[in-house]
Amino acid sequence: MSSEINLTLKVWRQPGPLAEGRFVTYEASGISTDASFLEMLDIVNERLIEMGDEPIVFESDCREGICGTCGLMINGQAHGPQKGTATCQLHMRSFNDGDHIVIEPWRATSFPVLRDLAVDRRAMDAIIAAGGYISVNTGAAPDANLTPVPKETADTAFDAAACIGCGACVAACPNSAAQLFTAAKVQHLNLLPQGQAQRWARTEAMVETMEEFFGSCTNHGECEEACPKEIPIDFIAWTNRDYIKAKVKNRKLAG
Amino acid sequence: MAQAITRVSTPPPVRSEPRVKLPWPLNIYQTAVGKKWVMGLTGIALLGFIVVHMIGNLHLYEGPLEIHEYAETLRDLGTKLLPRTWLLWIMRIGLIIAFALHIHSAYSLSRMSIAADKRYPGGRSYIAANFASRTMRWTGPIIGLYLFYHLADLTWGWFNPDFVRGDPYHNVSESLSSIPVAILYIVANTALAVHIFHGTWSMFQSLGVNSPRYNHLRRYLAAGLAGIILVGNLSFPIFVQAGVIDDDGRSIVEELQHGTAEGEDH
Repeated sequence: MSSEINLTLKVWRQPGPLAEGRFVTYEASGISTDASFLEMLDIVNERLIEMGDEPIVFESDCREGICGTCGLMINGQAHGPQKGTATCQLHMRSFNDGDHIVIEPWRATSFPVLRDLAVDRRAMDAIIAAGGYISVNTGAAPDANLTPVPKETADTAFDAAACIGCGACVAACPNSAAQLFTAAKVQHLNLLPQGQAQRWARTEAMVETMEEFFGSCTNHGECEEACPKEIPIDFIAWTNRDYIKAKVKNRKLAG
Repeated sequence: MAQAITRVSTPPPVRSEPRVKLPWPLNIYQTAVGKKWVMGLTGIALLGFIVVHMIGNLHLYEGPLEIHEYAETLRDLGTKLLPRTWLLWIMRIGLIIAFALHIHSAYSLSRMSIAADKRYPGGRSYIAANFASRTMRWTGPIIGLYLFYHLADLTWGWFNPDFVRGDPYHNVSESLSSIPVAILYIVANTALAVHIFHGTWSMFQSLGVNSPRYNHLRRYLAAGLAGIILVGNLSFPIFVQAGVIDDDGRSIVEELQHGTAEGEDH
């Protein structure tokens, strides 16, 4: 049953990357519990516009949990209280009438705030650019099942490939490490036959690019809890193993 | 690949490239994942020492002569191949190197994480991170300071006027019978157990030892090791305070040297 709730929002407002930010409190009354979190923000923004205020800047795109554009720190939890759910798929039925909600952008030195709740996540693009791809000849699509892949391998690779690159792992990490993002992007290719040719070059390049921008993993496990795709930290361990192997193999090949 | 990188403009890196590129395999230590490997491997060495040290110390419960003989046995290790105490010193040097690398890697990785991290002014909640994992940077220095005190107290005898070189039973009972010292040992060894609880589990992840079928055992191992170390190490200050370990200020080593020990020959 849908009902309406009244909320008090404490939202991070920051006019630009170099400006000082601060929390501003807004009353959000008469919010339908069927609304998504972003729809709630849309309603608040419409009211702000009507009053002649600047709307709250936040990012969103698909609103069905698969693009990784949205992402907010809600009451100190990345993507809010519901496990395995992106901010856009979080609904107001997860909150109670009279709740106070603190909304902040992702915070990390390499995620500078652009405006309000929007952050610059290009450091993650740099990790992908360093090796998050496979090189193949273009031309007609190859026959299906030309390259056999065991079912278990395909399943595990797909678990890693579920990463939508939202940055929640970095936001939730007390070290601001991007280990889970990088590990997912490394492993979904390293596990499959198509990824083998560049496996060791990829692992070394992506991990070292990650280390330029992000902190060092201390195995808290917060990323796994925050991940809207519930990607396990097992991939981090496998990437650590692949990285040391890559250091040995790449040296032999270079010599 | 280089083209792709230059096309993406990024925020400035938080960490600069190392000034000197060391040759393989030292260059592995110049990376964060490499440092985590070194931290894990040195952690295994230190953990091994802590377990053996705790078990060896249980000779205290056999009596003053037995723990003295155990200490002498350690000095005699490998005497068929090497001069006396050489093997012990080789192991000690290995431990010192492991300890130095463990501290250096922890220090530089912490600096890296602090540079990369921004606090949440609105506060944040922890779901998976536990007390042990969040206090590693506190329990580590506590253990380091305690280790210095422990060596100064029971190896070098700086703080103990009744210190007798080579008589562990006497020195332990004299030192730990002081209440502030007993409290210090209890606090420091609790910190050690907390450090081991996260460190043991974390080591598997850092070293890439991960197999979903057996992963749940890593937590049991961490809890078991931390528990055994905690119980074993806390028993010494507690039993000294309770009077179970007490030599009434007599030193068995001094008595052996002066030939006054009663009916004990070995």
